[in-house]
Amino acid sequence: MIEFRGVTKQFPDGTVAVHDVDIVIPPRKTTVLVGSSGSGKTTLLRMINRMVDPTSGQVLIDGTDVATVDPVKLRRGIGYVMQNSGLLPHRKVIDNVATVPLLRGESRRAAHAHALELLDTVGLDRSLADKYPAQLSGGQQQRVGVARGLAVDPNILLMDEPFGAVDPIVRAELQQELLRLQEELGKTVVFVTHDIDEAFLLGDQVVIMQQGGLISQAASPAEILAHPADAFVADFVGADRGKRALHVTEVDGRRVVVDADGRAAGVLAS
Amino acid sequence: MNLFLDAFAWLADPANWTGPGSIPQRIAEHLWVSGVVLVIASAIALPIGALVGHSGRGREPAVMISGGLRALPTLGVLTLFGIWIGIGLAAPVISLVILAIPPLLAGAYAGFESVDRRTIDAARAMGMRELQVVGKVELPLGMPIVVGGIRSATLQIIATATLAAYIADEGLGRFIFTGLKTRDYGEMLGGSILVILLALVIDGCFALTQRVVVPAGVRATRTAELRSRPTRPRTVVGRPNTEGNQE
Amino acid sequence: MNWLWSNLDLVGELMLVHLALSVPAIILSFVISVPIGWLAHRYRWSRGVLLSICGLLYAIPSLALFIALPAFTGLSLRSPVNLVIALTLYGIAVIVRTSADAFDSVERDIRQSATAVGYSATGRFWGVELPLAGPVLLSGLRVVIVSTVSLATVGAVIGVQSLGSLFTDGFQRGIQVEIITGIVATIVLALGLDALSVMLGRLLMPWTRRGASNGRAAAARRVREETA
Repeated sequence: MIEFRGVTKQFPDGTVAVHDVDIVIPPRKTTVLVGSSGSGKTTLLRMINRMVDPTSGQVLIDGTDVATVDPVKLRRGIGYVMQNSGLLPHRKVIDNVATVPLLRGESRRAAHAHALELLDTVGLDRSLADKYPAQLSGGQQQRVGVARGLAVDPNILLMDEPFGAVDPIVRAELQQELLRLQEELGKTVVFVTHDIDEAFLLGDQVVIMQQGGLISQAASPAEILAHPADAFVADFVGADRGKRALHVTEVDGRRVVVDADGRAAGVLAS
Repeated sequence: MNLFLDAFAWLADPANWTGPGSIPQRIAEHLWVSGVVLVIASAIALPIGALVGHSGRGREPAVMISGGLRALPTLGVLTLFGIWIGIGLAAPVISLVILAIPPLLAGAYAGFESVDRRTIDAARAMGMRELQVVGKVELPLGMPIVVGGIRSATLQIIATATLAAYIADEGLGRFIFTGLKTRDYGEMLGGSILVILLALVIDGCFALTQRVVVPAGVRATRTAELRSRPTRPRTVVGRPNTEGNQE
Repeated sequence: MNWLWSNLDLVGELMLVHLALSVPAIILSFVISVPIGWLAHRYRWSRGVLLSICGLLYAIPSLALFIALPAFTGLSLRSPVNLVIALTLYGIAVIVRTSADAFDSVERDIRQSATAVGYSATGRFWGVELPLAGPVLLSGLRVVIVSTVSLATVGAVIGVQSLGSLFTDGFQRGIQVEIITGIVATIVLALGLDALSVMLGRLLMPWTRRGASNGRAAAARRVREETA
């Protein structure tokens, strides 16, 4: 379990990225932090592995204040997947995946063997192991990034807009893959995105953040849609318009669901 | 073309190839002085440049020093130290070190700076210590530019070591100055040809080295992006992240 | 310091002589290297060849070039023209790469939209590519200015008068002030010409005036937006 207690982050130039945040991130579930740019969602994520230290307040993992843990040790125990994969361009795929186990002092052979298994886990062909990142497609690079994040079998996996830079088709594929992985592995995943659809698809808990690092609502997707906490949330999730405002009309005796524009979205099962 | 015949006659004269002040001895001197200077200047400039490029601190002074020192006329520095220190190798060596620092410093900080901040951020997020970030990420990725700096510094040193024969009995430049004094164009030109060959051979070696040190994975990127991107070092955007103080 | 007060005339005169050597070399190398840089940018096959030649030229120690050049040109070793040619060659060697990069830096979209609105090839060069390559060309010119002014002093050891004569004369007669004066005068000249080129750049490229000062702040802002 990850817990934020009264966490505030103010950067030296005066910008407040995160303002007095209290939130509990349940274990073995996916929590998605969603908000537009400048809402402090990445800063919040990066406080978990101490890439950013809070100005005030505490971040606790299983009851331990992370501020008391050596940042390097902490990071080596937490998986991290970032946008543009963040792979080391001068290392082969296999070495990229094995980076952290090697840093932790595992033998090269064991680390490589495990890395090959991880390629299977994330759905990559083992023949890619000897390629360099630049020789892979964007989607493949992102999968390698996930494999690297899983390399030390961490309890916590931090994902910072991991699918932000790939095209929509690949993105949908990767999202499904993540759902499958999560089903299998049951990690505590903290996922940052600015895409509310992605948040609703992946999140067990969705945390909606607004400008200035304030949390507007943290709840399950259904709860947020059913009871948006305020006008900002309602507007942000588009609860009252577009694809979300569905209603039912009768067509030839069958009940068809249509969206706000009157386009058919499906048939109501009876 | 007569002039070249004189030069070749001088080069071919066996008397110039043996004894004190012979061609092999001057070449050895030239290389020795250049090597010593390169080692001293590198020991000073490379760590400072690496530190500046790694931390992003002290960038302005480093740019000013490397730019400002470039405006120093080499001959002025040589003659000034010549007067201060007098005959011997100390004066040319000190001036050559001063003149070799700007390209080394510039190459080192530009090389370290050129590494994509996101890659460094990822390395840190994975749990690399600062020294590991430097050694395993920044150094290999910045190496081609660092070597580029060493390359231009070396050329500068070889050229200035030639000129340094004006104030000291040292190197291939001696032939040029002796020739000038005795109005022996053959010797002057012969000496010049030797200097040019020496510089080109060494430059060639560096060109090869520079290719070899490009990490294989980066080479893969380059061929893919060659058409769309100039290979000039990227200018750095923003400040690098320091622990717990990330913008 | 006595030396300086009694030789102000000499210093002034040598500064003019120095200008007469370096300014033509600077202008020539700029004018010649712009079309070469454009060729290297436009035709990929030529890029490697042209840049390699420049690299070789750049590798040649100046003193050796000063001495070898008359063997090709037939000029006297002590002729100022010989020195100007050599300085021009170095200038070209320095600036061609920058000038190729300068044209590379013009975005493809801009070039294509210029063609699309009906620029001819030459019209596009003068009206779009050259001005947009301007800032990078200027940065190359500034490097050439500083290096040429400094390099011109080397001519003094083979007997071509310039501010460098203060170094050789000062060294032979053991006058420290003379050498220091020469160093300062050379730097002042280089910085003066550099400032002039920057002013000229602002005059000719008014669109660069605002962006320059905001560059870093804007970049920092962008980074923050990306990571926030």
